[in-house]
Amino acid sequence: MKCEELLAMLNEYVDGTVDPAICEEFEKHMAGCNPCQVVVDNIRKTITLYKAGQPYELPVKFRKRLHDLLREKWKEKHKAR
Amino acid sequence: MITLITPETTDLELVQRAKAGDLDAFEALTTRHEQRVYSLAMRMLRQEQDAEDVTQQAFLSALESLQSFRGEASFSTWLLRIASHAALKVIRKRKGLDLVSLEEATEPSDHSDTIPHPEFIADWRQSPETLVQTREIQRLLDEALARLDEKHRLVFLLRDVEGLSVKETAETLGLSEANTKVRLLRARLQLREQLTKTLGDPATQVVRSHPREHGLAS
Repeated sequence: MKCEELLAMLNEYVDGTVDPAICEEFEKHMAGCNPCQVVVDNIRKTITLYKAGQPYELPVKFRKRLHDLLREKWKEKHKAR
Repeated sequence: MITLITPETTDLELVQRAKAGDLDAFEALTTRHEQRVYSLAMRMLRQEQDAEDVTQQAFLSALESLQSFRGEASFSTWLLRIASHAALKVIRKRKGLDLVSLEEATEPSDHSDTIPHPEFIADWRQSPETLVQTREIQRLLDEALARLDEKHRLVFLLRDVEGLSVKETAETLGLSEANTKVRLLRARLQLREQLTKTLGDPATQVVRSHPREHGLAS
């Protein structure tokens, strides 16, 4: 397997959806190719970082408005029954 | 007959109760998911007022169509898809597109999209677990995300950040699965490139002296 081919299948390998035979090729290649190893490691860490990222806090006023509105709509909806 | 709502109460239970008319249950669902919806909207739209509008819309839609939620996907997935659609409407409006799907608007250039070759290759100095605790990291992540082409950013947000499947991501964005995967790959590689420039240890940088010999070049 060449670096080009590895790059094209990067998604599948990182997501664990790659064919086991191709997975073996992948790992064989990486064993002898430091740049590819590092790139794959970088990508895994990139995804991990973003998954673990902090959510944005709702502005306090907005949160209150949102909940007030939802309660209002709920009552309207359930009254109409 | 009032059962307390606890952190152990599942979303599904809350949905059942809300469907049966329990406002507290619906409010609990809102409280559980509002930050996530808002965060997705902020990352998609990068504008606070728009993100607030979309968040509000998403929960109003959920309220209105709760009866139609059948529990095939998780509640959060259902909600995030509603929010994504609302955000996409804003994006299209910004561009003056009417009901053109993202695919139609951007497809042609995708055929000529090649896979970007990693340029800056280096081990990161710190683990994600450590990095997540630093103050600067969120800004760095958001900046890198903001520099992506929107079409790549949207796929990455839904698939990698929010954890929707490729199929769900494709359906939400009106793309083919194949196109979704290509965009995801580009997003991941571009983010890797940017983050590695800041987080990579220069001491471990891979420097290619004979680019033509090594496949990862050009």
